[in-house]
Amino acid sequence: MRRRLNIRAALIGLLMFFAIWQVLAWIIHRPIMPSPLQVLPIFTASVFGNLGIHFLASTARVLAAIGVAVVTAVPIGLGLGQVPKVNRIFAPLIAIVYPIPKIVFLPVIYVLMGITDISKIFLIATIIFFQILVVVRDEAANLHPELILSVRSLGAGRRALFRYVYFPASLPAVLTALRVSVGTAIAVLFIAEQSLTTYGLGYYIVVETYQVLRYPEMYAGILAMSLLGLVLYFMIYNMELKVNRYRSEEHN
Amino acid sequence: MITIDDLTFAYSGQSPIFQDFSLHVDRGAALSIIGPSGCGKTTLLYLLAGLRHPQSGSIMIDHKPITRPRPRSGLVLQDHGLLPWQTVRENARLGLTIWGFYGSDGRHAPADEQLVPNQADQRVDGWLKKLGIEGLRDQYPLQLSRGQRQRTAIARTLAMKPDLLLMDEPFSALDAPTREDLQNFIITLHDKSDLTYIIVTHDIEVAVVMGQKILVLQKSANQEAQIMDNACAGFSDGRMQGKFQQKCEDLRNLLGSMT
Repeated sequence: MRRRLNIRAALIGLLMFFAIWQVLAWIIHRPIMPSPLQVLPIFTASVFGNLGIHFLASTARVLAAIGVAVVTAVPIGLGLGQVPKVNRIFAPLIAIVYPIPKIVFLPVIYVLMGITDISKIFLIATIIFFQILVVVRDEAANLHPELILSVRSLGAGRRALFRYVYFPASLPAVLTALRVSVGTAIAVLFIAEQSLTTYGLGYYIVVETYQVLRYPEMYAGILAMSLLGLVLYFMIYNMELKVNRYRSEEHN
Repeated sequence: MITIDDLTFAYSGQSPIFQDFSLHVDRGAALSIIGPSGCGKTTLLYLLAGLRHPQSGSIMIDHKPITRPRPRSGLVLQDHGLLPWQTVRENARLGLTIWGFYGSDGRHAPADEQLVPNQADQRVDGWLKKLGIEGLRDQYPLQLSRGQRQRTAIARTLAMKPDLLLMDEPFSALDAPTREDLQNFIITLHDKSDLTYIIVTHDIEVAVVMGQKILVLQKSANQEAQIMDNACAGFSDGRMQGKFQQKCEDLRNLLGSMT
């Protein structure tokens, strides 16, 4: 397991990021590449106003999608992992559907579910759902049978096994799958928010700023979306470190 | 304590391991089960633990048929069965945690006793101490030696106050001093209480040290319970040396004659 990102490293990374951005702004020297010194004040001013509302709308959609995906994929994955017979039936289907880029179903979902938030959340949830489903299934299937037997002998029925064995056993894998798929989720959110809504960072970046040539404001939006991805990524990463503590300092 | 009547058991698609097999075990007994691999000794233990179900016949413990794991039966496996993400103390407390999860419902947990969380912690710490691992309570299983892991698993089982202890090759992956130490621990515990225990082993000396009676199973369908009485069980100290060796030899011959 990699180590925790410390504050110093984070600051150095940020400084380098803004330095390279500034250098690019000097070299390109066109309105499409404004300086961070121009963008950051706009960002800090608007993040508590208009931009903040778009930010919250996008965050709410991603979190809702993560919630829906976890709540549905974990139990189904555990079920498939525990019952090999059922898994054998569905494994080929999952293997085929899993790599399909779910975004291509965007028009279908819009027609079937309407142009509401629900269709956007559903689309993102589908992406995360398959990532989690596959890892949870495999974790549950790989648990040592003797471990299950000995916990059952302590009196655990299905509910206690889920609570004390299957769920904690698959939690690290769930978090890894989430961390890996959260980038894709936000990318898809960006596309889904470009139309048929009035709130969301995708809408803000494309419709409210890009299409009317407000480039510095557009960069404030890009910064907000990057921040959303970054914060989610490191929040999940920190949770991963916490649940993986026991793996450190192995005896043999 | 245990009455098995006309037990028949086979794994699907295979010939039966037990056919109309009957066995009686008294309360307070110390029974070893030995036999070649594939003879069904682990299966018998799992049947007693309620983790496998007979095709026909009945298994009664304390006059009640076994259809699921019985709250007052403890099971110790060779592989420890510890949760790697829990500390030694959390692992040792797991049985009591599950007890608290269901409450004293008589199905998952004993009904004859209410569990007070505070007392549960003390009970667990007491067993950790008796097993000499109280200093490791905040360690994770991956950081422990095999012997320490097995001590944790034993503490976890004993914290449930079992009256029947079922053990499947509990000491076979341990080094000799640790094995002797834990054997003596179980024997002392048995002497001081009315604990009944059954130990499955492939090791002749372990079978003789641990079993006041030794059940010998064979590879083909077991019908008659072949039981050898054994006066040499207990501490393998010097005085018994000759008799002990003789008993091991007898058992070895018996096993040899059966295959």
